[in-house]
Amino acid sequence: MEWSVLLLKLGGGLLTSAEIFALTLLFSLPLGLFVAFGRMSRNPVIRNIVKVYISIMRGTPLILQLMVVYFGPYYIFNVTLPRGYRFVATIIAFVLNYAAYFAEIYRGGIESMPVGQYEAAQVLGYNKRQTFVRIILPQVIKRILPAVTNEVITLVKDTALAFAISVPEMFTEAKAIASAQTTMIPFVVAGVFYYIFNFIVAWVMELIEKKLGYFR
Amino acid sequence: MKYLEIKNMKKSFGDLEVIKGISLDVEEGQVVAIIGPSGSGKSTLLRCATMLETMDSGELIYLGERAVTTGPDGKAVFAHPKQLKKIQSYYGLVFQNFNLFPHFSVIRNIIDPLITVQKKTKEESLEIGRELLKKMALSDKENAYPYQLSGGQQQRVSIARALALNPKVLFFDEPTSALDPELTGEILKVIKDLAMEKMTMVIVTHEMSFARDVADHIIFMDDGVVVEEGMPEEVINNPKNERTKAFLSRFLG
Repeated sequence: MEWSVLLLKLGGGLLTSAEIFALTLLFSLPLGLFVAFGRMSRNPVIRNIVKVYISIMRGTPLILQLMVVYFGPYYIFNVTLPRGYRFVATIIAFVLNYAAYFAEIYRGGIESMPVGQYEAAQVLGYNKRQTFVRIILPQVIKRILPAVTNEVITLVKDTALAFAISVPEMFTEAKAIASAQTTMIPFVVAGVFYYIFNFIVAWVMELIEKKLGYFR
Repeated sequence: MKYLEIKNMKKSFGDLEVIKGISLDVEEGQVVAIIGPSGSGKSTLLRCATMLETMDSGELIYLGERAVTTGPDGKAVFAHPKQLKKIQSYYGLVFQNFNLFPHFSVIRNIIDPLITVQKKTKEESLEIGRELLKKMALSDKENAYPYQLSGGQQQRVSIARALALNPKVLFFDEPTSALDPELTGEILKVIKDLAMEKMTMVIVTHEMSFARDVADHIIFMDDGVVVEEGMPEEVINNPKNERTKAFLSRFLG
């Protein structure tokens, strides 16, 4: 196979991988915050439901969750979903899974904040929402950034799991070419692409960390 | 006018009764110092008065407006949240460990509550903020961040932050306990200057000579009760109660 064809196919796959990556972050980062609030809720019903959800998301393989989301509608409700559902199922499974991890990271960050910050805000007259948005959240973001970077880098590699339901992301493409041509080259090239992807991710996260270095 | 009235305040943590029925009045322009050994309930008294802790029973009144009353069942009844919000604006609190917001610059620490809470314009807030920084001799630190300041400077910023909201009563919770001895003086001087301006203040402190110099009224607390109170000279130089004598002898030798 021509190199240009190989790169074109893997490039197309990379684009799909990047889409999964971006959409997962777009939805799971904010969703994780709500999950974290649920996890810290004073209402024991909400708190325990969220606890069970997080426990399942962290306690079972993402690839299995992906299968359940993809095949579930057919086997449980007997509905047939269109072809495009593969991609949607991937996003749903990834968002649900990553939101659980982000929620625990957020919770750790929020609970590590010294109580004096809340007390100072209270005495100065900030309401609860102002206290969280203006005082607590900016400090929490700085504290949790290294942990979030870890998850984001893992996510880049996890996009390859969409292979399990034949979403045409980069690993799926590499595997297809490798099988058809009996060669390892597509895997090597895909590996280089994943590495470059993560190199850029790590660089961007470092920039953000530096940007937040103005305070301690 | 009475700026603060506390009547028969009680507070327990579980089975441990920390405040056992304390009453005190603070008149406009008065400086009250609260002294006493660790664990005597001084800080809890301050935290209940500033509503950081919820008192169990008793009354709490600022400028004649009731924040807390006691119901027929003997339990504290708090005023409507809107009323509490208003009453809260009557007082400020300076913490032992400053509690500045580390992600805000010095000026932002002072003006953010003005803009966010009091809905003042940025221009007006900056004017107030800069005026106070000048007063605290920190004009050159306007754009610095808290971590770049000494403890004494941080405490001065936190005093400016509290003053910016124009409180009627300013509480200090051991304002110099987290500072090196050489930095303590600069904070005590700031508080003395405020006393000269007739700022109404309630100060929990371990600095006996400072309490004697700055306060109009001294309260000695031990084991959750007021053991002795009165003019500074009386209480500190001529204590009548045995516990006060024993406590002061350790400080004044």
